[in-house]
Amino acid sequence: MAKKMRKVAIYGKGGIGKSTTTQNTVAGLVEMGRKIMVVGCDPKADSTRLLLGGLAQKSVLDTLREEGEDVELEDIRKAGYGGTLCVESGGPEPGVGCAGRGIITSINMLESLGAYEESEGLDYAFYDVLGDVVCGGFAMPIRDGKAEEIYIVVSGEMMAMYAANNISKGIVKFAQSGVVRLGGLICNSRAVDNEKEMIEEFAKKLGTQMIYFVPRDNDVQRAEINRKTVIEWKPEATQADAYRGLAKAIDENEKFVIPTPLEIEELEELLMAYGLMEAA
Amino acid sequence: MAINIKKKLVQWDPVDVKAELLNKYPPKVARKRAKQILINEALENETPEISANIRTIPGIISMRGCTYAGCKGVIMGPTRDIVNITHGPIGCSFYSWLTRRNQTDAGPDGENYMTYCFSTDMQDQDIIFGGEKKLTEAIQEAYDLFHPKSIAVFATCPVGLIGDDIHTVTRNMKEKFGDCNVYAFSCEGYKGVSQSAGHHIANNQVFKHIVGENDAVKPGKFKINLLGEYNIGGDGFEIDRIFEKCGITAISTFSGNSTYDQFASAHTADLNAVMCHRSINYVADMLETKYGIPWIKVNFTGADATAKSLRKIAEYFGDKKLIKTVEKVIAEEMPAVEAVRKDVRSRTEGKTAMIFVGGSRAHHYQELFKEMGMKTISAGYEFAHRDDYEGRHVLPTLKVDADSRNIEEIEVEADETRYNPRKSVEEMKALEDAGYKFKEYDGLIPEMAEGTLIIDDLNQYEAEKLVEMMKPDIFCAGIKEKFSVQKLGVPMKQLHSYDSGGPYAGFQGAINFYQEIDRLVNSKVWSYMKAPWQENPQLTASYCWE
Repeated sequence: MAKKMRKVAIYGKGGIGKSTTTQNTVAGLVEMGRKIMVVGCDPKADSTRLLLGGLAQKSVLDTLREEGEDVELEDIRKAGYGGTLCVESGGPEPGVGCAGRGIITSINMLESLGAYEESEGLDYAFYDVLGDVVCGGFAMPIRDGKAEEIYIVVSGEMMAMYAANNISKGIVKFAQSGVVRLGGLICNSRAVDNEKEMIEEFAKKLGTQMIYFVPRDNDVQRAEINRKTVIEWKPEATQADAYRGLAKAIDENEKFVIPTPLEIEELEELLMAYGLMEAA
Repeated sequence: MAINIKKKLVQWDPVDVKAELLNKYPPKVARKRAKQILINEALENETPEISANIRTIPGIISMRGCTYAGCKGVIMGPTRDIVNITHGPIGCSFYSWLTRRNQTDAGPDGENYMTYCFSTDMQDQDIIFGGEKKLTEAIQEAYDLFHPKSIAVFATCPVGLIGDDIHTVTRNMKEKFGDCNVYAFSCEGYKGVSQSAGHHIANNQVFKHIVGENDAVKPGKFKINLLGEYNIGGDGFEIDRIFEKCGITAISTFSGNSTYDQFASAHTADLNAVMCHRSINYVADMLETKYGIPWIKVNFTGADATAKSLRKIAEYFGDKKLIKTVEKVIAEEMPAVEAVRKDVRSRTEGKTAMIFVGGSRAHHYQELFKEMGMKTISAGYEFAHRDDYEGRHVLPTLKVDADSRNIEEIEVEADETRYNPRKSVEEMKALEDAGYKFKEYDGLIPEMAEGTLIIDDLNQYEAEKLVEMMKPDIFCAGIKEKFSVQKLGVPMKQLHSYDSGGPYAGFQGAINFYQEIDRLVNSKVWSYMKAPWQENPQLTASYCWE
């Protein structure tokens, strides 16, 4: 019997490196032989650039607009690195329309076209969601029946931790009425003092785990300039191994929780305790 | 069985009725509703306070409409030569069509778009990517097809949510066309607690974008604007007939049987006569401030009220010949009215009515019932404010709540060149000293007898309960209440759209109304009506120990 497809959503503060981390991790999972679909849920439509080797993707919403209702899965889904299936939801230009509604429409479209069907043989569907869950549309991927596990990309910077805590609050709301659970925090290091310890403690307080600590490395930047994941661009790099490690940790993860978000005071205390500690 | 079925009003104390209406409500709802249900008292110099223009309580099936309905439907709908485009999903577009029985005369130019229905037909993708482009195209298309003088755009709910900048779109189109006035109304359905917000928004935009556009002086000696008359069932035609006979010129009507040019010229009239205070008092105030035209409250519903209003207009102008003509017209018209009244009254005297409609009709129609010897035992408005119940003297004490702040208040100043007080301070004072009232509306409460029930924002449950308890001989409201009331065995008359009747304004209108009400309240059909379960109970049972 086919293994059940895992539906994963990656959230986190804007600019924290969600898209980069997602694509590099996906590359790691591909190496492990997994079949994956990546759904970019950001109006900028740049969530699959590294897997596709450029922004060649026509978004679901653009296709829908141009083709009308006669849309087929192949019009909106493109094969990328190692056979990953890449989809970009797309959306309006900044300042007009309703991007949230766009995400709802495009995920519904994927569902009705059968992108998640068992016959597609997927092991994973990844949702890469725009930084701030500003309205109901951006929470679409964590609603009932969509993503079942969430990973939050975070760093030791204060605002990133605030955002992670807020996203946890959102997860609580949906977890209580559905199956969505928090799988862990991915620390995308910004080389902040005591970062690893602080995020580990933060994760503990949230009732979850720091599933992986991704060190800061300029190879990530270099690979991006080449429109590739680190694993594709320089398979032997240390950073490639880091992503392989993260991919393995996610693949083997069994700890899924309803998080226990912190009160603001508690979060600030944590920052004080670790942020002002003398670097060892 | 028959619990209270035959029980009549006399057996009910209004205090008991109120208690019974509130009985089923949870405490908090009952507390709120209690402030909107008033047992009328005869107070010396004041009116009892009623709670109005507040949010409908969740769970209550309200008779109210939305802000879009008030703006597009009520105020802007009856003007024939403005192309009204509803910017929104196709479902709302039905209401872009003429849905009330506002009649119009297409005039010599034949320009009449009231029978058309214009919509941008927003789809999911327009919500996602924004609808401004589609709106621009729709305006262009309407312009190319009809070359109208004016195009108006109305926002439905989603437009406000996604933030389409309709005002910039219309401004650009107006500049592009050069010969067509284009403007927009941010009248999203949720903007206010009822359609009243839509009236205000419409008043503001009409005043900002249309009034004052045409300075040409129209012929006529006694020039007035008739504000708040919507020509339902031809009311306006009857009033126009009377005006013409008297030698009074209506420069504009807001907005029954009106045209764009009437609005544009409204500032050239010398008096504003206000019918529906609620929907149009904003324009009346602004016309006075900016152009110096005073306003008075009139009522052309009821033959006596019509005569009174005509005399009031004649007195304002103070012209002997006009006063004489008005008296002559009244003398000519009244005998026919009185003949019918006398005949009908023998059958309607002592019967009872309930009226729950609008922001002025629940008041005005009591005149007609009074003329027939009928008593209004309960009445109320759907969307009025406290001043429509208690009179304008409460205006300074009204609290501006957050819902009202949501609607733009425009600041109007005297026009630099065109401000022209139609009466000098001395002339105004002389009239006032003689008992003449400007800017005065006493509201519904003083008109109603002691012990009657005045109820704001009546709902489906209370309406049925009231009818059940007080058994009025006729119930007046709108289409939403029509059949539920008739199912209770009480004749129902629509006073929004008059069913298929009218006109009911003026002298001829009074005759029509007397005859219609006589027909309704004296019809035998209701006494033959039995609910199926009264004739043939579905279940019968007896206790097993019997």
